[in-house]
Amino acid sequence: MSMSLLNDFAMHSQTDKFDIHSESFLHTLMRRQLKLSIACAAMFVIALFGLPLANYYYPEVMATRVFGFTLTWFILGVAFFPYVWIISAVFIKRSMALEEAEVQEVQLAAKSKPASE
Amino acid sequence: MTPLFATVDPWILSFSLVTVIATIVMGFWSARKAKTASDFFVAGRSVSVGWNASAISGEYLSAASFMGIAGMVMSSGYDALWYPVCYACGYLFLLLFIAGPLRRFGAYTIPDFAEGRFDSPLFRKIAVIFVLFIGFFYTMPQMKGAGTTLAYIFQGLDFRGTFFEFLSPHDEKGALIGLNYSIGVIIVGAVITFNVALGGMKGITLVQAFQYWIKVFAISVPVFVLMSVYGHYGKQLALNIVPIGAPIPAVAKPAPTAADYKFVSVDATFAKTNYTLEELLKSSSDMKAGASSGNNVTANISSMPTVDFLKLYQQASGRFPFVLEGTPQRISTALRLQKVPPAEFVRTLESALGSNQIALITFNAATLVVPSSRSNEISAILHPAENASAVSTNVSSQIASGLRKPLPEKAPKDAAWVSPFGPLTTKAAKAAKLSPEESKPLSLLYTYSLIIALVCGTAGLPHILVRFYTNPDGVAAKRTTMWVMILIGVFYVFPPVLGVIGRNFMPELYTGTGAKGTDKIVLELPRMLNERVPLLGSILSGIACAGAFAAFMSTFSGLLVSMTGAMAHDVYGRMLRPNSTPQQRMKAFKIAAFGIGAVSVLLGMQVEQLQINFMVGQAFAIAAASYFPLLFMAIWWRGLTMIGAATGMLTGGLMALLGISLTSFSDLASAPNATKFFTHFAGLNPFWATHPLLRILCEQPAIWAVPLAIILMIIVSKLTKQRIPADIRMKMLVLHAPEKLGLKQEYIQEHQSMH
Repeated sequence: MSMSLLNDFAMHSQTDKFDIHSESFLHTLMRRQLKLSIACAAMFVIALFGLPLANYYYPEVMATRVFGFTLTWFILGVAFFPYVWIISAVFIKRSMALEEAEVQEVQLAAKSKPASE
Repeated sequence: MTPLFATVDPWILSFSLVTVIATIVMGFWSARKAKTASDFFVAGRSVSVGWNASAISGEYLSAASFMGIAGMVMSSGYDALWYPVCYACGYLFLLLFIAGPLRRFGAYTIPDFAEGRFDSPLFRKIAVIFVLFIGFFYTMPQMKGAGTTLAYIFQGLDFRGTFFEFLSPHDEKGALIGLNYSIGVIIVGAVITFNVALGGMKGITLVQAFQYWIKVFAISVPVFVLMSVYGHYGKQLALNIVPIGAPIPAVAKPAPTAADYKFVSVDATFAKTNYTLEELLKSSSDMKAGASSGNNVTANISSMPTVDFLKLYQQASGRFPFVLEGTPQRISTALRLQKVPPAEFVRTLESALGSNQIALITFNAATLVVPSSRSNEISAILHPAENASAVSTNVSSQIASGLRKPLPEKAPKDAAWVSPFGPLTTKAAKAAKLSPEESKPLSLLYTYSLIIALVCGTAGLPHILVRFYTNPDGVAAKRTTMWVMILIGVFYVFPPVLGVIGRNFMPELYTGTGAKGTDKIVLELPRMLNERVPLLGSILSGIACAGAFAAFMSTFSGLLVSMTGAMAHDVYGRMLRPNSTPQQRMKAFKIAAFGIGAVSVLLGMQVEQLQINFMVGQAFAIAAASYFPLLFMAIWWRGLTMIGAATGMLTGGLMALLGISLTSFSDLASAPNATKFFTHFAGLNPFWATHPLLRILCEQPAIWAVPLAIILMIIVSKLTKQRIPADIRMKMLVLHAPEKLGLKQEYIQEHQSMH
């Protein structure tokens, strides 16, 4: 049933953007999701790849003492985990909001369509 | 019990037994509930968020996490911290790029996805073989964990003169004590295989969840108790930190020549005064400092405050004032020798300096090597503002006051251990005898390759991916994932603590190999509490053993289910007998479980000499070079064709495997009692010694193998453009559009109408 409804919608839609079978809908969808994923990935990739560089170029700074640890040990052995939690919480919240928005956009478009005809 | 068991710690044995029995009982109990084929494969997709998060975490935290990380932190120091961090980050990576789309696509397994995405039954077959392949790589370290734990529990077992004599290993003296590593592997492998064959996935979801909580309890309680008795994490680590500006090489100078003994000219002054060095160093206010003029030092140094003496010494000798060093015995010898001619006295000190039992204090540009008994006092004079922790690197006083035990020769030195680019990442460069400056870039390369392997490799773990399907919907899947991140993150803080405390208190493990090496630190360390509180150590060690059992049992169960699932669901159900009844498939599942369990045990028996964590890293590297590019590209690039994906995946995975096998085999060749197969690879070791870069690239192939796989996928897909599935837009929609839009059902209907 949903299939015929959607196909129906696809055939009559004039604004391509919310037609879920259109190229532009898929394109927007994937771009939005990838953008969010990459933004979150960048946050931890910077830390993950930056730390060896900091160790390499600033060994003295990274050997500063923090609570008995060296700074670099403290970052890697303790502080990294809460940081990962923050990133995943942000991602989960944003991606759920994104999905919700996508569903609403499509549903709104589907509702407004028959009304305008 | 018979005298046979007289020396086996009853607490350790009973905790382990309880864990095993509880696991089996739960397995049987839920086996009665698991009736349908769907129950066996994905637990009917009806597991609640809390259960599922615990179960995923339970499955994720393998023997590598429970035992391997602590063992590796102890043996390699800072560099090993990348493992827990990257295990956690790898899970995040999976969440960001792969988990959501794969779930929406609704494939049970990677082979399901491979077939659905490319409409290619051939590719399904390739993917199945790879699932089994990576699975076996990942079971080996679990088996090592099992063998190590059983060998530890039954180390006191005395089989001599009994029927079971064949179960014991022979040591150098031919003594037969303790349980053979291989027997442990066989016992544990058999128990888990039975459990899986009878319970299926529904059974193990419950068991996995239960085992997560055992693991967290078993790692955190010993850590908290050990820290409260011996000092917290930071304090334990601080014992190994050499203060900045106190370079060890300043001490390890070449043997002094006669010309170096400028000390003598200074010494002539105080030798006449006939003061002992001890008195000389004392800051005595009742004596007055003499005047020094020109080149000729005439100071009455016997009356000087320590700080002035040290300055004067440096000025007169042109050398860093090193004063005295040695192990406690050597110190007393040196003090007695003060009455002997100065040159000989200095020579004694110099020879004592060869040891690492020294206290280093920085003062201006100079590095002072000072007597351990007086380092606090001298440091307080030189750095009145600094707190006393700067002196806590005084190894011999740490040992004297019971803060730590002396390290054996085989253990890495403090400075190398606690700093980045330590023993793990510089091994190849060290074998090539490169200077520290030359080896540092290689270490950086090793570190990056390791990070890439661990982060990307998580995506290729078959038993983790399948778990995403056991959530009822996408929102629950995401909530579950958040909880998993928290549960595993909390866990991963603890194992390194045991590695650090282990270095300070059980350095004797550095000299052990195989099942007697650092991999057992998690189990063995709590036992030292018996010295302080009788029984407490045994109980905690028993809890740790229970955790270890939980670790390798849960991960091995999960692997066994996904590998067996691939065999029964794909190889049997789709390839061999597509028309088989559900009963026949259930039977196939059980037979496959026994077959795969047996192969895993056989493989596990071969790897006693390899570190648990190292092996897991290797499995991750192969997954990173094969599954990760496949999943990532198939999800985010619609241009990927079956031929492109297969070429990239197979080339990347097989090249990574080749590199890893060559290095592992040549390492095994130099292990004691190496089997004949591995000794063929001994010839590679001289080659590695002259080509450290190649050795690193083979040992940690991810840095080139992952890009290689992706580039091949792109090139070959571009060349085979006509092979892109006709309904690719619909497939991409199903992968990416929110589940609420109901595209999945539409897709299935379309597909059914096509066939």
